[in-house]
Amino acid sequence: MEAITLLTFFVLAVFVGFEVVSKVSSTLHTPLMSGANAIHGIILVGAVIVAGAADDVVTLVIALIAVLMATINLVGGFVVTDRMLEMFRGRGSAPTAREGGDR
Amino acid sequence: MALLTPEWTALLYLVAAVCFILALKGLGSPRTARRGNLIGALGAVIAMIVVFLSTELDNLALIIGVIAVGTVIAVPASRMVKMTQMPQLVALFNGVGGGAAALVALLELEHSISLGAYLAVAFTVLVGAVAFSGSVITFLKLQELMPTRPIVFPGHAAVIVLVAMVGLAAAVIIVLPESTLAGLGLALDAVEVKAIAAVVGLVVGSLLGVLLVLPVGGADVPIVISLLNAGTGLAVAASGLVLGNTLLLVAGTLVGASGSILTREMAKAMGRSVAGTLFGAFRGGSSAG
Repeated sequence: MEAITLLTFFVLAVFVGFEVVSKVSSTLHTPLMSGANAIHGIILVGAVIVAGAADDVVTLVIALIAVLMATINLVGGFVVTDRMLEMFRGRGSAPTAREGGDR
Repeated sequence: MALLTPEWTALLYLVAAVCFILALKGLGSPRTARRGNLIGALGAVIAMIVVFLSTELDNLALIIGVIAVGTVIAVPASRMVKMTQMPQLVALFNGVGGGAAALVALLELEHSISLGAYLAVAFTVLVGAVAFSGSVITFLKLQELMPTRPIVFPGHAAVIVLVAMVGLAAAVIIVLPESTLAGLGLALDAVEVKAIAAVVGLVVGSLLGVLLVLPVGGADVPIVISLLNAGTGLAVAASGLVLGNTLLLVAGTLVGASGSILTREMAKAMGRSVAGTLFGAFRGGSSAG
């Protein structure tokens, strides 16, 4: 792909990244970091491509180590974020319940 | 199996990228956070299906086997961990992600030809290695397997500068055109010199990660994890440039950009500056462990 196209993708993604996390309450900082952490586990796509193209043993072994590390990042990242957010479900529904009681 | 045409591949990668944007957006509000995370996971599943259906892959059984092993390690670890130990687990996950990016770039070096690709390889190897070893140290600190207080040894700052310069030199060798390297009259050919420089970059980057995180006090560690997280994001984005893969580029950039903002916000919420958390110990002003 042309360098200028990739640069366009990069610059637009920077702005989207800045935009989506502005004004987040501090209680959500840790889950947001954890969720973002899971997303960069998508390097697994790159690791799989490299492992699938490996034609000698050393390259294959290094690539498979990368696949293992990336899988742990990707799968573990989403699961641990989900667990963190289980706590927020209780906290998030509490104000609603109180509202209902007031009425 | 190359069942998907390049057009379908690009389209489905776009769908996955949109899922990641919606995931970050959703995670910003308590009401939508959990759904946001699930949308992100959906994006990852779509991307993984696409890579297997769009690329001619050798060693398929091995790759699937290793992914299965990784899943078997990651799921119980995430499910069993105590609530209080979650930050260090996230740090560890971030570290292995950075390590994976560095290894992918290392292996792609021999297929790189353009200046841009060489720059991206040098960046990913160094930053990925820093994120890997730095995250391991943050894990050890939070898990209290090593002292949480800032650790500074005599000449620490000078050693950091020296190591960083070696890393920079390795990066320059990776980036220099092969004809220039060949003109230096070395015993090895240019490709071998670049490969050695990349391995040196990996080692030096790992050393730098350790040196940078040792002086950070326990209370500041979450800010540094967030910073390393943003770094891994950028390393993944650069590996997307190396591989010419738009999904890695976009997803990595999203994490790099949002992670940078998040790091600043976390520091602000704790009344600290990002530079202060990293280098405060050298001025004697860091928080006590």
